[in-house]
Amino acid sequence: MSAGAISTQNATSGGALLEVRRVVKSFGATQVLKCISLQIASGEFLTLLGESGSGKTTLLRLIAGFEQSTSGEIWMRDERLDLLPAYKRRVNTVFQNYALFSHLNVRENVAYGLRVKATPKAEIAGRVEDALRMVKMSNFAGARTTTLSGGQQQRIALARALINRPQLLLLDEPLSALDANLRKQMQSELKALQREIGIAFLFVTHDQDEAMALSDRIALLRNGALEQIASPREIYSRPATAYTAEFIGQTNLLRGDIKNGVVQCGSLRWTTSQASGPVLFSLRPEAIRLADASLQLPDSVRFRGVIRQQIYSGASELLEIDCGQNQILRARIPASDPLTDDHEFVFSAADAVPVTESSAARAQRVANSTQQ
Amino acid sequence: MYSRAYKAVVSLPPLLWVCLFLLLPYALMFAHSFWLVRDGSLVHHWNLQNYRALFTNPLYFQVFLRTARIAASVTLFSILLGYPLAYFLSFHAGPRKELLYQLVIVPLWVSYLVRGYAWKTILGSDGVLNGFLQYLHITREPVSFFLYSPFAVVLMLTHIYTPFVFLPIYAALEHIPRPLVEASQDLGADRRATFLRVILPLSIPGLLAGATFAFLLSLGDFLAPLLVGGPSATMIANIVQSLFGAAYDWPLGAAISVCILIITVSLLFTTERLEKRWAFK
Repeated sequence: MSAGAISTQNATSGGALLEVRRVVKSFGATQVLKCISLQIASGEFLTLLGESGSGKTTLLRLIAGFEQSTSGEIWMRDERLDLLPAYKRRVNTVFQNYALFSHLNVRENVAYGLRVKATPKAEIAGRVEDALRMVKMSNFAGARTTTLSGGQQQRIALARALINRPQLLLLDEPLSALDANLRKQMQSELKALQREIGIAFLFVTHDQDEAMALSDRIALLRNGALEQIASPREIYSRPATAYTAEFIGQTNLLRGDIKNGVVQCGSLRWTTSQASGPVLFSLRPEAIRLADASLQLPDSVRFRGVIRQQIYSGASELLEIDCGQNQILRARIPASDPLTDDHEFVFSAADAVPVTESSAARAQRVANSTQQ
Repeated sequence: MYSRAYKAVVSLPPLLWVCLFLLLPYALMFAHSFWLVRDGSLVHHWNLQNYRALFTNPLYFQVFLRTARIAASVTLFSILLGYPLAYFLSFHAGPRKELLYQLVIVPLWVSYLVRGYAWKTILGSDGVLNGFLQYLHITREPVSFFLYSPFAVVLMLTHIYTPFVFLPIYAALEHIPRPLVEASQDLGADRRATFLRVILPLSIPGLLAGATFAFLLSLGDFLAPLLVGGPSATMIANIVQSLFGAAYDWPLGAAISVCILIITVSLLFTTERLEKRWAFK
């Protein structure tokens, strides 16, 4: 078999731009990435979401080439990326604290990637100008980077990476150093920019709102393993695990049993077609509503509860409902007058999404059952 | 806020110290350089004769040139040794960093004189180096030019001042944020380009500080030429020493000292400005 045939065979499958295959990374005895596989399509905005220590930054650094994986492969189209040194990889990175060169001015920073590749001077000048215009920083070409604000440095870091026309841009918590308002603004600009230039973004963040707002797909990492990878809508409405349901948005976890087609979770019961056994549901607070006579939901589940707390947040408010039997449910309802005492609530059984404890717990349970 | 009395009490001792041990000696030296010696005794007669002698007698100029050449060589070799050492320690030493750092520093605790005599023992005609070369049959006769030559002075001073050059360079390298190195690689620069375009420019203040140390300390050195230099390696400080000693011509010695002081201070000013120019804060 010729080398060409091998590389075609090993190329990323389908339309994937980048493919991470069974990548493991250990630092000493600690495994920070446990067999991660995922694909990024060209033009896709994929977010690596997770708590600190989940391995999201390590995965990014493996793709950028700043760390070497313990095992596994990373492919970019038909090229084995993980065997190349960082400077030969056609990906660029926006660093967490921007990592602008303090001895160079804005223009020289942006031009850096083209200079080291010995691009003709005239071309560099034109492309630097374009890149600065793209991030709305044309007026700062001659400025020292140390005189710029965080948001401005952020833009320069973006321009410096994008001028190299990478097919994939890696962003390591690029907005975490900005204050809340600027952060929101940069989020929408970043999303607009990504749509406009159409290159794939791999974005690392610990902020689930940011991930929801920006991403085409979210890969949720937990302790070095992939918990779930799906679009924001999917991951929110159909979380696979209890961890996902709780990490992304708020949820009520309902633990119960199914017997003869009836679900029993504390004081709540409804009929189901699921098989008997212990079960865990995720029920989003906004799926629970105040019951009134006119409201007809399919498979509606009704229950009564005492309102313990009512937390107002503008358009909506969060209720903490005591349903008895030590069961507290949270409901998000449109802002209303203050409520007291007990009320009747309703939700649709279809909104109660069955989830597993976590992918790790599930694997553990499978392992236990095979042992027995 | 501190009271006026407190400030006075606190600042008085250092002020006295500076006046007594710095300003007064300099003033005396400056005054002496305009006096002269007649019939073996000092005459307080203001004149420019000493400075005229300095600029007309080619001997002084020659010695000064040699001194500058030796100091420049020491600086160059100290950088050639100290920079790679600092670079290796800062970027590639891994967990052995602390130990290696201490090993570089240890010679600083050994007396200058001891190290001078050590070189004398190594370089002499029946010294360690000659013995070794003869043992290996590389040379038959002892090589005499090792000791008592400008070469020996440069060697000894390089050995002594390399840690002084190493330290500020190492500090500068340690201060370079590592993400900058990664950013450079990320943008397509290999190791060499990253070094030339990022690491070297950012370490220039340390390099300048180290070079200034090595150059100025060598410029004023008189023990190395005394111990291992011999007559062919006489340096300007040896001239000053003999003028204040055996030759008993304090005014001429003071005039040379004033010249050295002017050169030193202007060099310090220049390198300090250069360091500021290269410090991007």
